[in-house]
Amino acid sequence: MTLESMMIVAAIMFCIGLYGTLARSNVLVVLMSLELMFNGVNLTLVALAKYVVPVGIEDNIAAVLTGQVFAVFIITVAAAEVALGLGIVFAMYRNTESVDLANATELRN
Amino acid sequence: MLFQDIVFWVLSVLAIGASLGVVLVKDLFRAALLLVVVFIAVAGFFVLLSAEFLAVVQVLIYAGAIAILIIFAIMLTRDVQHGNLPNRFQIPAATLAAVLLAVMVAVAVDTKWDLLAGQAQSRAQAVQTSAVRTLESPGDLAGLERAGFATEGERTAAQEAGLADLLIGDFVLPFEAVSLLLLAAVIGALALVRPR
Repeated sequence: MTLESMMIVAAIMFCIGLYGTLARSNVLVVLMSLELMFNGVNLTLVALAKYVVPVGIEDNIAAVLTGQVFAVFIITVAAAEVALGLGIVFAMYRNTESVDLANATELRN
Repeated sequence: MLFQDIVFWVLSVLAIGASLGVVLVKDLFRAALLLVVVFIAVAGFFVLLSAEFLAVVQVLIYAGAIAILIIFAIMLTRDVQHGNLPNRFQIPAATLAAVLLAVMVAVAVDTKWDLLAGQAQSRAQAVQTSAVRTLESPGDLAGLERAGFATEGERTAAQEAGLADLLIGDFVLPFEAVSLLLLAAVIGALALVRPR
């Protein structure tokens, strides 16, 4: 288990999420793929926090926790994103009776 | 070290396999359950990377709250069994993801990382793992000494370093901004789903 192997696993998760976000037509699958991407990024941040010398470690030993703080913020933003995303999914389902992104054409024309 | 490697490989296979399942499985409900597997595997990674607090948060927020929300949404919509259909961007999307993966792997392997070595690594690990403390053992002094904190002042600094310090100290502005964001998101979601 090294920094590189950890980052490669995270990159694979991120790219699977990217593929799911772009290539699936169901809006719920797109939301789930976005969560995969968030998790990949979090994994990278925490791995970097464990293995890489952080900025400002000479002044304050707590600098080794900076990556984890970033991950906390990303988890919070992900929670906000899911709350809003599911709100939009419900509004869309109420209007079009479908969760297929191809049917979400209300803003066109 | 060997034990850690075994756990790492098991978790990697679990996380990547379940991620592929989330994207490729036809049944939406199974995809959501596989997403829970991914979240728990990532929580395992966090424990492995000495981020215990984040592991707990991962289980509570992701595997608890977000997964339940998504499963709720799936149950409220139709076509659960065959809902996961591809659209016409499948080949470009796969190509883009593969190219991006190749670039990221190349960068991760090629970069000369400024790694924490020897003494510095054990000190960092001591601080990171003591970010979660119990009342019974508020920072293990002998353990900190073994980890390479020689003087009293260094030991106190290491004992006091915690996630909360950074959240309320150096990162207080983003912390407040993110609380505002959460509030705005909840109000926005309520306004979106309110019946007219």
